[in-house]
Amino acid sequence: MIVKKIGESMITPLGFTVEENFAAVMAGRSELRRYESLWNLPFPCFVSLIPDEKLEAESARELSAEVLVSLQTKFEKIAMLSAVKAVKQSGIDPASERVVFILSSTKGNVGLLEDENSDLERVTPAHTARKVANFFGNPNMPITVSNACISGLCAQIEAYRCLKSGQYDTAVVVGADVLSPFIVAGFQSLKALSDEQCRPFSANRRGLNLGEAAAAVVYTLADESADGWRMLAGAVRNDANHISGPSRTGEGSYRALMSVLAESGLSADDLACLNVHGTSTMYNDEMESIAITRAGLAAVPVNAMKGYFGHTLGAAGVLETLLSMRAVEAGEVPATRGFDELGVSMPVLVSSEAVDTQKKAFVKLLSGFGGCNAAAAFVKV
Amino acid sequence: METMVTHRVKLTPECLEVDGQRVAKAVAGESFLTKLYRMYNMEYPKFFKMDVLCKVGFVASEVLLASEGVERFVPRADRAVILFNRNSSLNADRTFQKTIADPADFYPSPSVFVYTLPNIVTGEIAIRNKYHGESSFILLPEKSQEAMEQAIERAFLDSETTSVLTGWVEAMSETEYEAELDLKLET
Repeated sequence: MIVKKIGESMITPLGFTVEENFAAVMAGRSELRRYESLWNLPFPCFVSLIPDEKLEAESARELSAEVLVSLQTKFEKIAMLSAVKAVKQSGIDPASERVVFILSSTKGNVGLLEDENSDLERVTPAHTARKVANFFGNPNMPITVSNACISGLCAQIEAYRCLKSGQYDTAVVVGADVLSPFIVAGFQSLKALSDEQCRPFSANRRGLNLGEAAAAVVYTLADESADGWRMLAGAVRNDANHISGPSRTGEGSYRALMSVLAESGLSADDLACLNVHGTSTMYNDEMESIAITRAGLAAVPVNAMKGYFGHTLGAAGVLETLLSMRAVEAGEVPATRGFDELGVSMPVLVSSEAVDTQKKAFVKLLSGFGGCNAAAAFVKV
Repeated sequence: METMVTHRVKLTPECLEVDGQRVAKAVAGESFLTKLYRMYNMEYPKFFKMDVLCKVGFVASEVLLASEGVERFVPRADRAVILFNRNSSLNADRTFQKTIADPADFYPSPSVFVYTLPNIVTGEIAIRNKYHGESSFILLPEKSQEAMEQAIERAFLDSETTSVLTGWVEAMSETEYEAELDLKLET
């Protein structure tokens, strides 16, 4: 049996469907912008926010009044909305005991801590995951993956294993994170933020931009003869080097890439692109260029999505996978928005223009705090 | 696939148990975690920088691995570190929130912020032991042996993974915590 995609959804500042988001990417659009004093924070930042009015209108259209009352935060709303849309598109019975819900989030409802009277029970993303699973009447305990920036890929790898192990037949994966003073001040304290457009892999890159998003994907077991998108392999590896800085040798990313290539049977020649993390921090992009080269993938076009959406944390792995699927279907590797002149030590193939491709497979790569790295391979049949 | 549990460690603010036997008991007024750090000669000064979730996971993993009786700190990629809890990094989150709550007293610190991710403890254990294998932190709405066992069974689908350091690690404060770790081997 193979693992096949049968549903998807996406909620970002660029649109509330995958189609809208893909069209925006191909048109080079972004809602990343500079705020001089967002939420009264004492520094400027450059972020991408989901407009509240648009989210309220869409929620009112898609969700019943009863459900809306139970969703008290923006995080809960985008997580639920993306799950509802993806489940609807897939046509599955979400109440089946053969279906599992998997959430990917780094900070969930952490914004609730601003109010000292908040219910602390609600802060953990595991609470939101249960809320979503309960809404669908699903009887299984939901799984929440919280592995910093690689969570969205880890959640898909968990889904793949849930199906391959025979534990479940179908998995609904939801990746979501919203911004708050907590997250923006934290990344600022690490000196990781740029107050201008991020420039992945460029010599003049000065840090990352943060963004809000939710994206969901539904995978199911299907026969070997099935057409459509398949997940072929996934791996998580640790640098075993430092909790908040990547390995200088790209150790974990290199190992994750090698594992995924071996397990999927894909080689560099099969890949339309390598959709990387590309946060636009000095260390991350440099590390990725080394890992890609060590893994023998220097001839594969590389692209990064952070210049369109910012770093969407727990959503990134799902969002960037779904958009890469659309790109491969369209026969184009999207431009890396914000890229100008290569500024990493290894000559990886990053481009500020879209590049044509006829190939049908790609690899997604992410890395995160805690020294974790994840890679996964996908192919259109 | 068959798996075998080699050793188990249970750590609470009251006592430390290895394979069901109590090996250390807390005394009022002392830091039990620091006492265990010294008792087991862990010699890892980074311990003192860690938040309580990391300290609890670190101490429990050290005791567990000391009981394994094989040479330590040899780089390997066949061991995964997969931990679970319910409340993520809530204690560190509350600590960090206090540093940004008052605009007149705004002092967000990177050394506090970095611990506001639950998977930092899995990273600390991987770094300490030179484990290049899978590391992952999974949140469950409640402690469930069944859900944890299912996740470990899935982890063994990775063809490089032959053992998993795993278990529940929750730390709500310096005086409210719990770790129950074990080492599962493929047989």
